[in-house]
Amino acid sequence: MIWNPNKECMSREQMRELQGKRLRKIVEYVYHNVPFYRNRLQEMDLSPSDIRTIDDIVKLPFTTKKDLRDNYPFGLQAAPQSEIIRIHASSGTTGNPTIVGYTRKDISIWSECMARSLTAYGVGRDDIFSVSYGYGLFTGGLGAHNGVETVGASVVPASTGNTEKHARLIRDLGITGIACTPSYALYLAETMERMGITKDQIRLRVGAFGAEPWTENMRKEIQERLGLKGFNLYGLSEIMGPSVSYECEEQYGSHINEDHFFPEVIDPVTLEPLPPGQTGELVFTTLTKEGMPVLRYRTRDLCSLLPGECPCGRTNVRMSAIQGRSDDMLIIRGINIFPSQVESVVLTMPEIAPRYLLVVDRINNLDTLQVQVELRQDYFNATLDTPAAIDELSRRLAAKLKSVLSIGVKVQLKAPGTIERSQGKSTRVIDNRKLY
Amino acid sequence: MTIRQLSIFIENQSGTLQKVLELMKQSRIQIIACTIADTAEYGIFRLICSEPERACSELKAAGVAVAISDVFAIGMNNQPGGAADVVRRFSAAGVGIAYMYAFVLNGQGILIFRTAEAAKAEEVIAGEGLQALSEQDLPLQI
Repeated sequence: MIWNPNKECMSREQMRELQGKRLRKIVEYVYHNVPFYRNRLQEMDLSPSDIRTIDDIVKLPFTTKKDLRDNYPFGLQAAPQSEIIRIHASSGTTGNPTIVGYTRKDISIWSECMARSLTAYGVGRDDIFSVSYGYGLFTGGLGAHNGVETVGASVVPASTGNTEKHARLIRDLGITGIACTPSYALYLAETMERMGITKDQIRLRVGAFGAEPWTENMRKEIQERLGLKGFNLYGLSEIMGPSVSYECEEQYGSHINEDHFFPEVIDPVTLEPLPPGQTGELVFTTLTKEGMPVLRYRTRDLCSLLPGECPCGRTNVRMSAIQGRSDDMLIIRGINIFPSQVESVVLTMPEIAPRYLLVVDRINNLDTLQVQVELRQDYFNATLDTPAAIDELSRRLAAKLKSVLSIGVKVQLKAPGTIERSQGKSTRVIDNRKLY
Repeated sequence: MTIRQLSIFIENQSGTLQKVLELMKQSRIQIIACTIADTAEYGIFRLICSEPERACSELKAAGVAVAISDVFAIGMNNQPGGAADVVRRFSAAGVGIAYMYAFVLNGQGILIFRTAEAAKAEEVIAGEGLQALSEQDLPLQI
């Protein structure tokens, strides 16, 4: 089934024309409503009338996470506050989170995109669908929720946590679909196995997995253990939330809702656009967003746009699986973490040296983050000579890290000089999960 | 009357204790008593040694996390209940013992402990019947 064949199966020419029309409109809109973009365009001697077709997009300036942070909280908002009906927030690199306001039309487009995704997965009115992304500031929970309601399936807003209760509901309600992170799906499978709930007792059929990278091996394992078919669901809150792109039954790349989010792949160093098939950094321009439209937002996700037509009948372009990041962001249990956030916390504690190592593991299908730090030799004194005092120091650091990162971390205090002096960025992180 | 103790933070990893001991050997520091407070990830190596100030500064120069703290050293009677009789005196005066260990010196048991109530402990020692040791009482080659 295809939710909106008019848009999902448009001819390429029609799509380019629609995108061009929408791009002209959005550039005009931000020029008049967002001083940040007006200034950028003026600095580049660009006026909205220079943008005529979608091909002119390359003339436009890029937007980065830093721009969002520097304009915290509402600097990039284009719609008046009276038109904003929802605000989400995602973690920033340090300090300011990213604030994204949505108008009623934005929420409606988001729901439509999510409905397209769910329909491609085979979800319909008869399904009972559990949304097990976190509900809250994170876009995952509410974003998927609205889509399920739009499709007309029965939504079970399970959110995260209390996995045993969730597992019972999956069995007792005959839940047929679930949206969650792929690592949570494996954790759920494990919980069910521990509880003695077998595959033939449940009716799960469809999984919408996203918010973190996953491999084909993980897909096979989840499908095998939960007895469902797992589909990729991609999105980011700066652009909208889940359903920026979605897999169809062919499971060969994810179709981008490109009538709303125009994709480009660029070389992250030269910033030059790359042709289809070549891997680079994914960049999105929101073509219809009212609340916080962005021009050429650099996602830092590395992937390629896939050439050719999809046998499913959809004509909207597909993106490959994410193959890495062009920055040092980690995604742990669906939460974005930057090493610089850890650094900012470590710097507030005089007893700890300004050096750290992040060790990411996946233990029993749950991501764990260990932060190794060194005691500072000149701060080790007679009051720290008991395990109680040292553990109190670790606890204090762990609590501060949790409040900044939004996930629990394990702190390991090391002796002075035992963490290798970093030679470059990559040595600050050891990721044992092998996700790409 | 207290004696100086070194406290050293060491990770639970093969070779870390050895490294500290080798450093002390090279510096010709003699250890006469020690204990390790161990946890899953690290230990605190506490020891009584000769020339604690020099030992501390040489270990620091080698990058070790080390601190000097003051502990009490009390002689015990060589009979069952010797430790109980010593600790009772401090407990009765409301002195909390943070940690304790013991060693034998010339056939006599010596109790080492650290407390946060050092002033109260001094009062107890000033009373009758307790034999508190100073660093001069220890057989340390200097």
